[in-house]
Amino acid sequence: MTFFLEVLIGGLLSGVMYSLVALGFVLIYKASGVFNFAQGAMVFIAALAYVTLAERFGLPFWAAFALALAVMVLIGILTERIVLRPLVNQPQISLFMATIGLAFFLEGIAQMVQLWAFNDLSPRPLTLGIQDQPIEWLMNEFDILVSSFDLLAAAVAGVLVAALAVFFNRTRIGRALRAVADDHQAALSVGIPLKTIWGIVWSVAGFVALVAGLLWGARSGVQFALTLVALKALPVLILGGFESIAGAIVGGLIIGAAEKLAEVYLGPFVGGGIEGWFAYVLALLFLLVRPEGLFGERHIDRV
Amino acid sequence: MLYREAGQFKTSYAADQQLLPIRQDRVALIVLLAIAYLAVPVVANDYWFNAILIPFLVFALAALGLNILTGYAGQLSLGSAAFMAVGAVAAYNFELRVPGMPLLASFALAGLCAAAVGVLFGLPSLRIKGFYLAVATLAAQFFIPWLLVKVGWFSNYSSSGVITAQPMQIVGYVFEQPVEKYLLVLTVVALMALAAKNMVRSAVGRSWMAVRDMDVAAAVIGIPIMRTKLVAFAVSSFYCGVAGALYAYAYVGTVQPEDLNLDMSFRILFMIIIGGIGSILGSFLGAAFITLLPIFLESALHAITQQFGLDLVPGMTSMVQLLVFGGLIIFFLIVEPNGLARLWQITKEKLRLWPFPH
Amino acid sequence: MSSARSIGEVLLAVENVSLAFGGVKALTDVSFDVRQGEIRAIIGPNGAGKSSMLNVVNGVYHPQQGAVRYRGEARRQVDPHRAARQGIARTFQNIALFKGMSVLDNIMTGRNLKMRAGLLEQALWLGRSRREELAHREQVEHIIDFLQIEHIRKTPVGRLPYGLQKRVELARALAAEPVLLLLDEPMAGMNVEEKQDMCRFILDVNEEFGTTIVLIEHDMGVVMDISDRIVVLEYGRKIADGLPDEVRNDSKVIDAYLGVSH
Repeated sequence: MTFFLEVLIGGLLSGVMYSLVALGFVLIYKASGVFNFAQGAMVFIAALAYVTLAERFGLPFWAAFALALAVMVLIGILTERIVLRPLVNQPQISLFMATIGLAFFLEGIAQMVQLWAFNDLSPRPLTLGIQDQPIEWLMNEFDILVSSFDLLAAAVAGVLVAALAVFFNRTRIGRALRAVADDHQAALSVGIPLKTIWGIVWSVAGFVALVAGLLWGARSGVQFALTLVALKALPVLILGGFESIAGAIVGGLIIGAAEKLAEVYLGPFVGGGIEGWFAYVLALLFLLVRPEGLFGERHIDRV
Repeated sequence: MLYREAGQFKTSYAADQQLLPIRQDRVALIVLLAIAYLAVPVVANDYWFNAILIPFLVFALAALGLNILTGYAGQLSLGSAAFMAVGAVAAYNFELRVPGMPLLASFALAGLCAAAVGVLFGLPSLRIKGFYLAVATLAAQFFIPWLLVKVGWFSNYSSSGVITAQPMQIVGYVFEQPVEKYLLVLTVVALMALAAKNMVRSAVGRSWMAVRDMDVAAAVIGIPIMRTKLVAFAVSSFYCGVAGALYAYAYVGTVQPEDLNLDMSFRILFMIIIGGIGSILGSFLGAAFITLLPIFLESALHAITQQFGLDLVPGMTSMVQLLVFGGLIIFFLIVEPNGLARLWQITKEKLRLWPFPH
Repeated sequence: MSSARSIGEVLLAVENVSLAFGGVKALTDVSFDVRQGEIRAIIGPNGAGKSSMLNVVNGVYHPQQGAVRYRGEARRQVDPHRAARQGIARTFQNIALFKGMSVLDNIMTGRNLKMRAGLLEQALWLGRSRREELAHREQVEHIIDFLQIEHIRKTPVGRLPYGLQKRVELARALAAEPVLLLLDEPMAGMNVEEKQDMCRFILDVNEEFGTTIVLIEHDMGVVMDISDRIVVLEYGRKIADGLPDEVRNDSKVIDAYLGVSH
């Protein structure tokens, strides 16, 4: 039983990480209807920017964080300018494919930066000063191994979600964002500066990518594989619905837990390695039952 | 030799509906085929066959498959490479386990196996659209290669699921030399391209496009949406499956299912974006472009580094490739969403009117 | 009105149909019938449920209550594909053409139901497939002649002006040789000349092919001129039903259109 709990908690906590990435997708999707395939590449590039600034140039945490954030905002704004603006009113599928191109482009740049800064492409360790060790108290009292790092990640995610919720619901920009998400044309017609809003959203998504990148990077090293891990956010979104922040969190937790449990309890019977696809197949089956996701709204096609 | 249709009058609907209604196009196609069958085998060397022409044709076939699904039927797939893997492994097993199995029959059956798997993973398309479906096809992309490696039977219990293609033999003749392999692949691909062209100009092709452009309207005029989508998945996967078999037998020889990964699916997607979504010709142009680009980049980088007396950093080419691929995709989607095929068409339209601008 | 026309038996009967989306009631207990060979108009203010009514008839929407009786067969749920098979064709308020295809291909899709060749035959372009393509092309050319759109045959529909797009959509519906043709605002957004042309086509279709037509239209002049009987909807309920003259003088209809102070 303790073992089950351990696996479950471990799964939930790594699910938090998926949620963080998924959050970036949801933000952009809500505001601009773009399914941003490049979110994973953004996570990678954000983590790399931080590592480069912190380790190569020896900047302190906050300076490196602020500069990395500036880089992400710049990428966000440039993306809006160069890629999305010319594609306004194109079919969603074209926008989606454009973000696949963007992902490749960013991955290429990121690797070049890494090569230039560190002379190799191996995973870069990233230290945030938090140790990835089991919490002693929990271990002694309940005999459960829970990493303090994972708990911190969960806390960060919680704070981030709360902050975003406040931002979305309580501020003027947030209101404008929701208006844009509902109907571009209508928002434009009441004088909401669409382009500024999109710029802001991409910047916020860049911020989320940076946080996710730091946590993932601290966990498993800053490396190209981060872009693949970020792909796991896609099944999370299918479960949670593309338009729901709460959905991204819950979906992430479910996927994280289900994946770990499956690997531990199901894996041995089929030769292991099922973590690579389990989330996708789960999402696929889920799609057949409830295509709009747990928290998504069912849209009525008007004819 | 002007590209004009003046003086070519159609007196029947049959004449108007032929494959290439304009005489110059027909001549061009015949010339092209003559070059491919007669001139290329004489001129090209083994490097050209093995490194450029055969992969070009194989990927053109896969791109054609994806174009049927994505370009004509409007269903985005990120799992093309997985369906190729199914085709490769299926062909290997038919050859291995059925004594006296004709090679081409194995290829066809491999296509059918891929089609069956394609239909299975196409089922979610009945309820979901767009990038939702893309995620569903990702499931295929991650699951299928894993399964092919994990179940030892598929690779006859070789280590890590590697299959080694048997020699290609048709009625006693062994296709061994690169030029022979090239001619075999060329023939298969040309015939399947013709079949694809026929499908997209018949009822089934019109149903695909109708479902793509507006599914409710398609249903209202009596096109069964479910069946149309599943047929698109089946035909598309069939093409990818045969492409996978050719990939194994004529191109690489030894295949690890995990080589046919997400990256390759993306590459095939890029072929149709750059070549032209919803265009048979575009599949070929895109395949040629994506096959040649890395070779071109490699030599360009070599030239540049040598010019400046630098060493080429290992891994540099692949990074530049990512950069260039990504940039080109964005460029084409913004500037010419219909790809190279559309540019070609515009050129032809201009030529038809030349020297008058309108 | 031409003497060649004959209004026959009841072809379509809508019986106590109610339709709701979540809590929003689009149609409440609506009943009316359509007779063989007539031109039947559905009118009403915006949001009255007219398009929803057509969507129920050809199976795009499934009503929660009531049934649609077509050729004597009652059904609550039918899918659009089956409705098409039974000879119901339709055009849409916001043009629903296949934008990526040529005019000819758009109209050819209307004949898809009548084609029998299998996938393999089509891939090989052999025998039956080839013969079918030619035979149906000839049929389609008749319709193209009839609607006078020969000059735009090969043009992608996305490039056509609005009025012509409406005409192509009608052509596509006619290509199916429908028994019952549903037209959702066929003249919306047209100028006077285009409207006259469209009226002519609708009357010709009705007279020459004997096609029964149900039509939604806002232009009262047109409606009163060409329809045999009119149903009036308001807020999803039927408020009047009868000959043009009866409807024109109905006090509820006048209230619905002009507004009334209670």
